[in-house]
Amino acid sequence: MTQNENLAHPMEVFLRKSRIPHIWCSGCGNGIILHSFIQAVKELEMDSDKIAVISGIGCIGRVAGYVNMDSFHTTHGRAIAFATGVKLANPELTVVVISGDGDLFAIGGNHFIHAARRNIDIKVICANNFNYGMTGGQQGPTTPLEAYTTTSPYGNIEHPFNLVSLAAASGATYVARWTTLHVRRLTASIQKMLQKRGFGFIEVISPCPEIYGRRNKMRTGLEMMNWLKKVSVIENFSDPAKAEVSRDRIIIGEFVDMEKPTFESILYQTIKRVQEGKGR
Amino acid sequence: MTGNKAVLTGEHFLSGDLACAEGAIAAGCRFFAGYPITPATEIAERMALRLPEIGGIYVQMEDELASMAAIIGASYAGLKSMTATSGPGFSLMQENIGLAAMTEAPCVVVNVMRGGPSTGQPTKPGQQDVMQARWGSHGDYEIIALSPNSVQEAFDLTVEAFNLSEAYRVPVILLMDETVAHMWEKVVIPPAEEIRLVNRKKPNVPPGEYAPFKPEGEDLVPPMACFGEGYRFHATGLTHDEFGNPKTDSPEAQFQLVSRLCEKIRRNAENIIKTEKVMLDDAEVAVIAYGVVSRSALSAVKKAREKGIKAGLLRLITLWPFPEKQVAELADKAKLIVIPELNYGQMVREVERAAKEASIRFLPKLGENLHTPGEILEVLEAK
Amino acid sequence: MPVRIWRKPLDLEKAKPPRGEIHIIKDRCKGCGYCIEYCPRRVLEESDEINKRGVHPPKVEEESKCVVCSFCTAVCPDFAIFVVEKPCEGGC
Repeated sequence: MTQNENLAHPMEVFLRKSRIPHIWCSGCGNGIILHSFIQAVKELEMDSDKIAVISGIGCIGRVAGYVNMDSFHTTHGRAIAFATGVKLANPELTVVVISGDGDLFAIGGNHFIHAARRNIDIKVICANNFNYGMTGGQQGPTTPLEAYTTTSPYGNIEHPFNLVSLAAASGATYVARWTTLHVRRLTASIQKMLQKRGFGFIEVISPCPEIYGRRNKMRTGLEMMNWLKKVSVIENFSDPAKAEVSRDRIIIGEFVDMEKPTFESILYQTIKRVQEGKGR
Repeated sequence: MTGNKAVLTGEHFLSGDLACAEGAIAAGCRFFAGYPITPATEIAERMALRLPEIGGIYVQMEDELASMAAIIGASYAGLKSMTATSGPGFSLMQENIGLAAMTEAPCVVVNVMRGGPSTGQPTKPGQQDVMQARWGSHGDYEIIALSPNSVQEAFDLTVEAFNLSEAYRVPVILLMDETVAHMWEKVVIPPAEEIRLVNRKKPNVPPGEYAPFKPEGEDLVPPMACFGEGYRFHATGLTHDEFGNPKTDSPEAQFQLVSRLCEKIRRNAENIIKTEKVMLDDAEVAVIAYGVVSRSALSAVKKAREKGIKAGLLRLITLWPFPEKQVAELADKAKLIVIPELNYGQMVREVERAAKEASIRFLPKLGENLHTPGEILEVLEAK
Repeated sequence: MPVRIWRKPLDLEKAKPPRGEIHIIKDRCKGCGYCIEYCPRRVLEESDEINKRGVHPPKVEEESKCVVCSFCTAVCPDFAIFVVEKPCEGGC
């Protein structure tokens, strides 16, 4: 082992090396998601000059600063809206939004459903850690019923979103859910999404032992990952509305993989028609 | 009309909203994101009709938060971009206007001012957002805001707004009041080659050496690469260093960045500021006005002159940065300064600050009724 | 349960699984233990060493067991471990 200390980690070319190590806690799944994303880019031999990574606010919001690609760390909830401008202004870019469940589905929920409805070619990877980690662990739109957080000290009284069902119902043409333990399948799924045209969504259930786990009887990353290992069941192309995320069972897999004209393809066809004088 | 579909050279009869849209297109705007709101909707409608003709992008977003975010994204991807709204939507845009200021994204935000606060009087004019334009987003920053008083100027100043945003990498606000937006007048659109256009400075270093937030030259404005050009750079709303790296713990980084964001406008203020001076040379009484109110003010000043009163008008075309020097010079000479505004007291505070000892008379107005020349004349006569 | 019949590949004797050289960037390790726990061949274990972050990075218990599946690399959140396939001339 470690015979050659100068040998670089194979993923470093995809990272802004001066920014590593990242800010995330021990056992946090965000680093695994980042690794999985750049692994997918590497395996597809994509041109990093033509990828833009957009993030919102929260722990995983920092991801944009770590990738060696064009990147923008936007305001809370607005990553998808920002990405819409990027994609339409330069359609040759692969535009990837990597952000958290609170950012994408509470403060930014409106942008998510409308981008999915338009089927704009934006790829969304959501790290779902069941709470607002950056601000110290508050209850959010994915916090399970009865779970403890700093703002649900008596147990969460709200029902959580089923993100894959929401994405499918909103019109996303690729929808999947994985966990940070299913990292090979996650990477393959990201690859598939990157190769498709249209609005893609992958939810990644990600451990947050320091902030969420320790309040919910899972003190370490290992305990959280072993829980994910124990309760995850792959049911590809099952009904996303029935794809539960509960203490006893997490349904993972691909749920939607379909073709539908993308927003920008219809937009550019319309522009072409108008320019040919056949606007109406 | 020439063969150029982007610049509709010739004489037109347009509203302020439509002239603004044509000004944007003539300035090179090729991306518009918006959300319908009275009295700015016609700008979106015109852009939806016109942009596809010239290969531009119109996208109707789900709200104003999204519209503002999208135009920053489009700006970073290389297009000149704009959105248009009114008070309530302008309020929703404020957070991302701060993001545009922080990340130095050139873009233009049109705010057609109606009566506020809240939903207020959607179809009636106002000038109640002038302070919000300056201070609406949190934190210290400087911004540019322009105020047209005619349909022709709605065209001209929209072109100017794009030029300033590109030159200084700053969001520029076009503050139009509802009256100007909905008034119809003759507009002369010059030939394309006569329209001065400014484009953002591009980096002339290889990607490895590019620092996206390192100013180049005296103007304190950094050259701007765009996504997809191979520079692989990072931008963030967090306090950052010259390379875009977050610096959330460094007081030096905070000072360096925030002071530069302010200074790049303050130091260039004299190049940015435009005013119109009418009969000020020997004026003993003067009106300071902007937007539609300046039209009544001009009429009042002319009437006063007919009556032998040495009256003059300082019209503020640039509202922000505030034409401090021009106001101070006027205050040195004029015995009385009258400030009619379609609000309950906003720019008068700036005038009071800049004019110091001068005698100032504020004329507020709310609702549909504009100041009549007679109302302003009465004050000039009473001095 | 149906009876599973495991077939033995005809070239099993000749096939050589790859051998890995494991690199651990000790000071990047935050001690989550994922690489140790989820290595299918149990190649790694926690070391007694304390790195500059104050945690015990993994150490290689038995490198010859590594077949370069690189799951440790994929599951490491901190870019602290990677495996290089050893050249196979005679040695593996």
